[in-house]
Amino acid sequence: MRVLPRSIRETLTDAWLVGPAAVAMLTFIFLPVAAVAVFSFTDYQFGANSFAWLGLENYERLFGSTLGQRAITNTLLYVSIVIPASVGLGLVVAIGLHRMAEWAPGFSNVLRAVYFLPVAATLVAMSVAWQMVLHPSLGVVNQALVALGGEPRSWLSDRGIVLYTLAMIGVWQTVGYNMVLFLAGLVAIPKDLYDAAEVDGAGGNWSRFWTVTWPMLGPTTLFVLVITATNAFRVFETVATLTQGGPAFASDTLVYALYREGFVYFKAGYASAITMVFFVILLVLTLAQFRLVERRVHYR
Amino acid sequence: MTLPALLELQNVSRRFGQTTVLDDVNVSINDGSFTALLGASGCGKSTTLRIIAGLDRPTEGRVVLNGAEVAEKTAYERNVAMVFQSYALYPHLTVFQNIALPLTMRHLGTLGRMPGLGRLLPNARAARSHIRQKVGETAESLGLSELLHRKPSSLSGGQKQRVALGRALVRDPVLFLLDEPLSNLDARLRIKMRGELVSLHKRTGKPFVYVTHDQTEAMAMADQIVVMIDGKVAQAGSPRDLYDHPANKDVAAFIGHNAMNFFEPGDGLAQLNGVGDKAVIGVRPEHLVPDPDGALSAHLETAEFLGSETVLGLRTQNGKQVTAIASGEVDLPAEGSQLNLGVLAGRFHYFDSQSGKRMTEVTPS
Repeated sequence: MRVLPRSIRETLTDAWLVGPAAVAMLTFIFLPVAAVAVFSFTDYQFGANSFAWLGLENYERLFGSTLGQRAITNTLLYVSIVIPASVGLGLVVAIGLHRMAEWAPGFSNVLRAVYFLPVAATLVAMSVAWQMVLHPSLGVVNQALVALGGEPRSWLSDRGIVLYTLAMIGVWQTVGYNMVLFLAGLVAIPKDLYDAAEVDGAGGNWSRFWTVTWPMLGPTTLFVLVITATNAFRVFETVATLTQGGPAFASDTLVYALYREGFVYFKAGYASAITMVFFVILLVLTLAQFRLVERRVHYR
Repeated sequence: MTLPALLELQNVSRRFGQTTVLDDVNVSINDGSFTALLGASGCGKSTTLRIIAGLDRPTEGRVVLNGAEVAEKTAYERNVAMVFQSYALYPHLTVFQNIALPLTMRHLGTLGRMPGLGRLLPNARAARSHIRQKVGETAESLGLSELLHRKPSSLSGGQKQRVALGRALVRDPVLFLLDEPLSNLDARLRIKMRGELVSLHKRTGKPFVYVTHDQTEAMAMADQIVVMIDGKVAQAGSPRDLYDHPANKDVAAFIGHNAMNFFEPGDGLAQLNGVGDKAVIGVRPEHLVPDPDGALSAHLETAEFLGSETVLGLRTQNGKQVTAIASGEVDLPAEGSQLNLGVLAGRFHYFDSQSGKRMTEVTPS
């Protein structure tokens, strides 16, 4: 057999290495997205033999109807609570545990595991626990409130507070994960920088944080933001198990609406439109975060 | 000594759990001096520096600065400046902001440091112009004026080093502490920066404490060298003192460009010298020179020609390996041939064969 020229051999190697992944990505990611994009302009229903072209009607319904608007605003409200709260708390807990590791390493590790527990646990199972905790009459929360002289609340069936309750559970679930990421970021900060800050007069807790910790955590924070945002936008399990979007759609969110329209009412076309909106929101968000923030966190 | 020391470590020990890092260390640093803390890695020299700086506290002992005990004071309160091996520049700040940081921390309050608000406060504005001027002067003196708006990541190692020096210089400290500042630079730049550090020391007139594992650096720059071995001060003195009168075998082995030759009692030189089995004899390679009438004869095994000198690797009849130095001008016999070596007058060092301590007098047995 004649040996091929080196440049061709190298090209073939490249093709071998990249090819399978590229083909898989095309068939399993790009094609389905394209299909969903097409369906979103039709009235296709699961199991139907034909479908009609609707143009933008599905999108008009989503943005025009009260129901659609409510799903969108609910999702945005949920996200705007969960992102800052879970990132902020995650950072505070991480810094606390990081410092505690110096004088009580054992206890710090125990707390670390405790904070991480909600991440490791199945959210559906945890929802059952939350249901008990938040039960209007039997729940610990209300019993504590009553004991302290407060009014018991219907945490999951009061239209005014149900979304905030879900957001709190969302924060509870995300803090541990963010904490782990921030802890990894904290460990990577060179100790010399803290020494330099101390020598330069930035040794107080507050100035240490602003001079060294916060800037050095930039890349970690960006990553945490992106991860938290995508997870928060995808809120589904708690809604599905605890409220089914109720009462009266007060806790309806984009992904839950998508599930209901697509898999309960089999309106694949409308569900596809919701999917596209969801997809675009996440895409824009991620791109914006990387474009705007990335240049500023890597200090080039 | 008549001059009171600017800074003194008195019987300082530092233990981390079971391990003793510093054991009863005494160091005294005079105003305007250039002190090198010299030792192999892990000997406690960096811990000593951190204790001087106030970044670490002694387990026992006192740190006295200007006559006052400062163990409870932070590095900032002691007003020491420190240059780190890793440079420790703040990556998110420009060169200007890096150099200015000690001043902004000192002259601007929390409100004044905020980017937008600071401009509105009148006294912050005055402080800012003072800072700009100081940073400008410092940058100028280090040749950094062109780089003030760059971020550290776009600087070369030498430039980063200068920025780190600028950050130390700008605040007018009582003491400069340098932790292996040159070890991340390439050889040529290191020699250049060595000269610059010495002239910087002359210019500021402030005491420098310089941590290094490189005895050449210590010999070249310092007027006092503190040799540390295993958490103890093995010897402190001028470079010439250490070279001419090393206090023990370890110091003798550490100081000097070429490692000293040690002759154990059985190695043949002791008998020649008539000191019997009490002493180990040390002779520096540069004091062991080819000499037709020399008392020591050996086979020439290797010869490294370095231009100004030639390093000779030799072996005596007893099988003992010896290094000697010949001037680069000398014509050497072929490798493998016999050579007579002589020791320059007064260049013998005697160490106790048990304790390794220097013996001032050796009575021939």
